[in-house]
Amino acid sequence: MATTTSHVPAQPPDSFWRRLSTFLYQRPWLILLLLLGPPLLLLGVVYLGSLITLLINSFFYLDGFTGQIVRSFSLRTYAELFTPANLEIIQRTVSMAAAVTIADSLLAFPVAYFMARFASTRAKTGLYLAVLLPLWSSYLVRVYSWKLILAQEGIVSWFFHFFGIQGVLDALLTLPRIGGTSLSVSPLGIFIVFTYTWLPYMILPIAAALERVPQSVIEASGDLGARPGTTFWRITLPLAFPGVVAGSIFSFSLTLGDFIIPGTLGNSSYYLGQAVLAHQGTSGNLPLAAAFTVIPIVVMLLYLSGAKRLGAFDAL
Amino acid sequence: MHSESQRAPWLLKLATAAVIVFLHFPAVIIILYAFTTDDRTFTFPPPGLTLQWFGVALQRSDMWEAFGLSLRVAVIATGAALILGTLAASAVHRSKFFGREAISFLVILPIALPGIVTGIALRSAMSLGNIPFSFLTIIIGHATFCVVTVYNNVIARYRRTGKSQVEASMDLGATSFQTFRFVVLPNIATALLAGGMLAFALSFDEVIVTTFTAGQQMTLPIWIFSQLTRPRQRPVTNVVAVFVLLITFIPIIIAHRLTQDTSAE
Amino acid sequence: MSDQPVPAIRFSGVSRHFGEVKAVDDLNLDIYDGEFFTLLGPSGSGKTTSLRMVAGFDQPTSGSIQLFGNEVAGLPPYERDVATVFQDYALFPHMTVGENVGYGLMIRKVSKPERQQQVEAMLNLVRLPDMAGRKPSQLSGGQRQRVALARALITHPRVLLLDEPLGALDLKLRQQMQIELKAIQQQVGITFIYVTHDQEEALTMSDRLAVFNLGRVEQVGTPADIYEHPTTEFVAGFVGTSNLIRGQLAQAIVGSPEPFSVRPEKIHIQQIGDPIDAGHCSATGRIDEVAYLGMLTRYIVALDGGGELTVVEQNLESTSMEVMAARNKPVLLVWSRDHNRVLSEKG
Repeated sequence: MATTTSHVPAQPPDSFWRRLSTFLYQRPWLILLLLLGPPLLLLGVVYLGSLITLLINSFFYLDGFTGQIVRSFSLRTYAELFTPANLEIIQRTVSMAAAVTIADSLLAFPVAYFMARFASTRAKTGLYLAVLLPLWSSYLVRVYSWKLILAQEGIVSWFFHFFGIQGVLDALLTLPRIGGTSLSVSPLGIFIVFTYTWLPYMILPIAAALERVPQSVIEASGDLGARPGTTFWRITLPLAFPGVVAGSIFSFSLTLGDFIIPGTLGNSSYYLGQAVLAHQGTSGNLPLAAAFTVIPIVVMLLYLSGAKRLGAFDAL
Repeated sequence: MHSESQRAPWLLKLATAAVIVFLHFPAVIIILYAFTTDDRTFTFPPPGLTLQWFGVALQRSDMWEAFGLSLRVAVIATGAALILGTLAASAVHRSKFFGREAISFLVILPIALPGIVTGIALRSAMSLGNIPFSFLTIIIGHATFCVVTVYNNVIARYRRTGKSQVEASMDLGATSFQTFRFVVLPNIATALLAGGMLAFALSFDEVIVTTFTAGQQMTLPIWIFSQLTRPRQRPVTNVVAVFVLLITFIPIIIAHRLTQDTSAE
Repeated sequence: MSDQPVPAIRFSGVSRHFGEVKAVDDLNLDIYDGEFFTLLGPSGSGKTTSLRMVAGFDQPTSGSIQLFGNEVAGLPPYERDVATVFQDYALFPHMTVGENVGYGLMIRKVSKPERQQQVEAMLNLVRLPDMAGRKPSQLSGGQRQRVALARALITHPRVLLLDEPLGALDLKLRQQMQIELKAIQQQVGITFIYVTHDQEEALTMSDRLAVFNLGRVEQVGTPADIYEHPTTEFVAGFVGTSNLIRGQLAQAIVGSPEPFSVRPEKIHIQQIGDPIDAGHCSATGRIDEVAYLGMLTRYIVALDGGGELTVVEQNLESTSMEVMAARNKPVLLVWSRDHNRVLSEKG
């Protein structure tokens, strides 16, 4: 041993980086500042700052005569927000978000349940990828594709005709409030596409919550004499519920703020996102657009605080 | 008795299969329509199939301009997300500081809130500060919601790695910088790649936030959206849509592979 | 050893507080060059925190730590001439065994051929030749342990810190590694500071040890000192098994209420009425429990004066049938007064 000792320097060579490293090591607060500074500049200053200017903007108002935005505090814009026409838009959007959330949880549950309970490791990997792909990719393209699918001359109509049941489709489309001239210009079509688009956001947290239900709990229930059906309703479902709530945060929030889907498939009745888009664009009423946007923020804050109480964030 | 833990009821299998088909069916349809000979309506089944629209799409300079802009935006936004996401994850992982929980919340906020909130907020700030629309305003918008993908991947990797490797490196004589270079970076490399891929996919087809920060500039998704309302050669839009589909699919599959490989270790 | 002028490590009034918790409280300790020194204590007693402060992973709240006479408080780990073997080994998973072992040399800019040569020599020392090309994930727990040791030793640190390095190994391997570690320490001749909660390990390996409890050192000494002459209740109870006798019982046996301890193997079981030699203590009781342990038998004896004593006897001539039959037998316990260790409540 002693023969090799001479070849190893006790310390690495001194250098600028070494001294800088020591300088920082002795000042942990400075390291923290350097690490957090840049992300906080974007998210804390620019992003949160922008959210604050959104609030500020909602208290400005548009002068009807000059068409100029008046930059002084006023509740005029909020008064405008709560006119019957705008309230109808809000009510329409929130009901749609609720309907979509319910439909998504019903559709997502069997997939999540299968993934968490029955799928082999390989099948599970495949299923996860199958759910993740539409979640991360080409949202716009898939919405556009539904325009082709639901069109009057598209595949859904063709399907109904092929089986000679176009009467069913026509009957659906004549229903008040949800019907329209074709599926591609009706609230029903919007509902289908919203449900489709946010479905992966619902599947993943439910699957995560179900995977956390230990097999032993289910077996214990079985051993105590519960029939499989009873175990499902009394044990599995309640334990999966935080996952449903976590998923609903996305389906609800994303529906409230979307203008692409109603813009692509809707008729003349606006949804919240479209109203925001129109007011900030053509009519130049940015204050009203901002005030409209405050609604999904408030709704989501209420929703999140409720969800937090139900433990939904553990399933994210 | 324990059938629940072994074999799935056939009804459950059927429901799962149906939902998976439902999720992927639109992608199949859009690919089919890229080959249709019908350029006026969306007739199903297509009256005939042709490859001509691919050639036509390649000739469209407006499409190429939009594609170029989207690519530049996605690359730069991904780069920004990689740097900012890694910095934030490192800060949260290495020290307990006041407001640590708030950082995670702040990072997730831009994708948890509807895109329209981010969009109109940035638009309000621009209006209040008299900032004109520019390439930079698009990048800032995209960077806000891309940071989370990198942050989540990196912090998950940090949690799995444990702190003793970093201590061992410094114990053996390496400075903080050398430790990052030789130990931390190789450890988080695949997490960075996975996070970066997801960020790229998110940015490349983002349309909502971009609508508020782009002004007259056209990214590829905005180009597609404009074609929906003012169609000119419908099948060309279909071809471009297929193209976007592929460009976002590939990075996601790569990202998925990367996270699978390391968790299987 | 103890007459050496400058200790390898000197803790002077070192405290480490985490908020309200005093992980280490006013630690004063000298560890000499070339010693195999063990920090022994239950988990949460402050031994690992003390080790981490020597390595530089943790900084004292107050007090000073000197390495060969030089103050190290505030210095980063890479400026200290010590190396650590981690409990979880902390091998770099993306590097080969050779790259792991050579890491310290790579950082010190030692040329590649030189590095390879030394890595090989070091892998030979820990008896892992021809393993340089493997990845850590391809090694067994014991082999990883040796790689971690080689990696720490290759830069020739003046002090090697070992944080429960054998904790994850099974009993057989652990005993084998104990012997090897000791041999390696004698071969390289540097100070080893060894953290463990296993008192047997500490007694087997150490030149000296410090017994930690609740952030404080209870007693420092050689293994024989600590075992034969525990000075506090905690040490008497934690190192080996001891009978603690205090209060009225102590008064009855030795005529003073001061607490004292006596090891179970020092007590002999005799017949009631047997004569008691001068300079011996005695107590009468009834055998309450018998545990036959193969080489030994452990008896729990309920004393007539209250309380109980544990007694261990070798099974030189007795069979298991015979010892089991001793249950409920009234007995006289006798031991030499020299084996009583008077204890203070706190060290």
